[in-house]
Amino acid sequence: MAQSAQLNASILKKVAMALSGIFLITFLALHVSLNFISIISEDVFNEASHFMGYNPLIQYVMQPILAFGVIFHFIMGFILTAQNSAARPIAYAKYNGAANASWSSRNMIISGLVILAFLGLHFYDFWFPEVAYKYIAGTAPDATRYYGELVHKFHDPIRTGLYCVAFVLLGFHLWHGFASSLQSMGMHNKYSRFLSKVGYWFAVVVPALFIIIALFHHFKQ
Amino acid sequence: MKLTLKIWRQKNAQDKGGIVEYPIDGIEPDMSFLEMLDVLNEGLINKGEEPVAFDHDCREGICGMCSLFINGEAHGPDRGVTTCQLHMRMFKDGDTIFIEPFRAKAFPVIKDLVVDRSSFDRIQHAGGFISVNTSGNTIDANAIPVPKDDADKSFDAAACIGCGACVATCKNSSAMLFVSAKVSQYALLPQGKVEATDRVLNMVHQMDLEGFGNCTNTGACEVECPKGISLENIARMNREYLAASLKG
Repeated sequence: MAQSAQLNASILKKVAMALSGIFLITFLALHVSLNFISIISEDVFNEASHFMGYNPLIQYVMQPILAFGVIFHFIMGFILTAQNSAARPIAYAKYNGAANASWSSRNMIISGLVILAFLGLHFYDFWFPEVAYKYIAGTAPDATRYYGELVHKFHDPIRTGLYCVAFVLLGFHLWHGFASSLQSMGMHNKYSRFLSKVGYWFAVVVPALFIIIALFHHFKQ
Repeated sequence: MKLTLKIWRQKNAQDKGGIVEYPIDGIEPDMSFLEMLDVLNEGLINKGEEPVAFDHDCREGICGMCSLFINGEAHGPDRGVTTCQLHMRMFKDGDTIFIEPFRAKAFPVIKDLVVDRSSFDRIQHAGGFISVNTSGNTIDANAIPVPKDDADKSFDAAACIGCGACVATCKNSSAMLFVSAKVSQYALLPQGKVEATDRVLNMVHQMDLEGFGNCTNTGACEVECPKGISLENIARMNREYLAASLKG
């Protein structure tokens, strides 16, 4: 007799992980594009940030979806890691993981935890002040404040350094995560091989752009 | 060659077990790894000690019986071979070699280096077959045309000998490569398509029940597989499962 598909089946969990990962990759592409504007034009950056900060569709539809995607991805990552650890109760005395798999693929939980810690700092720097500005203090909209706030955060060399370290780990996470998400969803053909190469470029270019933006604003001051 | 062996010894499934060190001398580079263990056991028996228990059968690399996690890798440092086809020339005089059983919750140790891989049998029983009428009306399989590419891919998947190296080497102890090979070898052929939905649902369900970990696509299984089973099979199984989930 056939089993029915179950929501907690290992394959469906990895597909859910892949889908949330691809959603976050899309968000990252949007985020880095907006941030990059800040090194081209102060006015356009302010305009774009103001649009993102006050557009009802983005604030009340996209932002909750994004928050759900982030939380889901992290919680699922912790659950899968715990289950995987339980699947080998006694560790090998000698395990040569580097012989057959990349560092990034074997340490997604480490790069993920660094990204989680970074998100805490990032929220402390930008999201919490934004919420306080708009919803607690109820301050009137000011479409010219964003560039100044961004530049101010990168004045501190330690904070700028922490951001750069987190972006490097983000690169490692993406290096495995992008191609892995395609494989999880069953893609394994000439298109997925091309898309995997796109993923490797994405894993290098996006974190590099974030680092360039952080260093640009730090050294410009 | 003179070597130091660090071997996992465990009296039975209940015993805690531990690594025991054995110095060994007179090993020829052209000996197979299992022959080296035979030499060790001969010495242990002559001294009145318990020989090291390890799995082996054909010693030709085709039965999948030999296992062993050698110096941190399933079937040792060579590629595309089982432990019985691993030769001592892969090691240097004076080397220290760690020899451990395949480790996974779903592969409990029976004794020393011997593990119980019957979880693989139960996964096979759950759906790794086609139902054929053997009453005398069986249609000759060759009468059904099969595209060459599909036949080749099915054959490649069927080359899996179920040794468990994929599970042993995976950092998550995932059995996805094994299960996907068994799903793929049938899914690609017309004879297997009839029961494809039930097969993938049942086999994956059994795999999850056995306590294997989740696949995170590190690719280590493909590298260590003595038969070169491709990750393409895992992608195919994922597609099969998603399609079956919508039907089943």
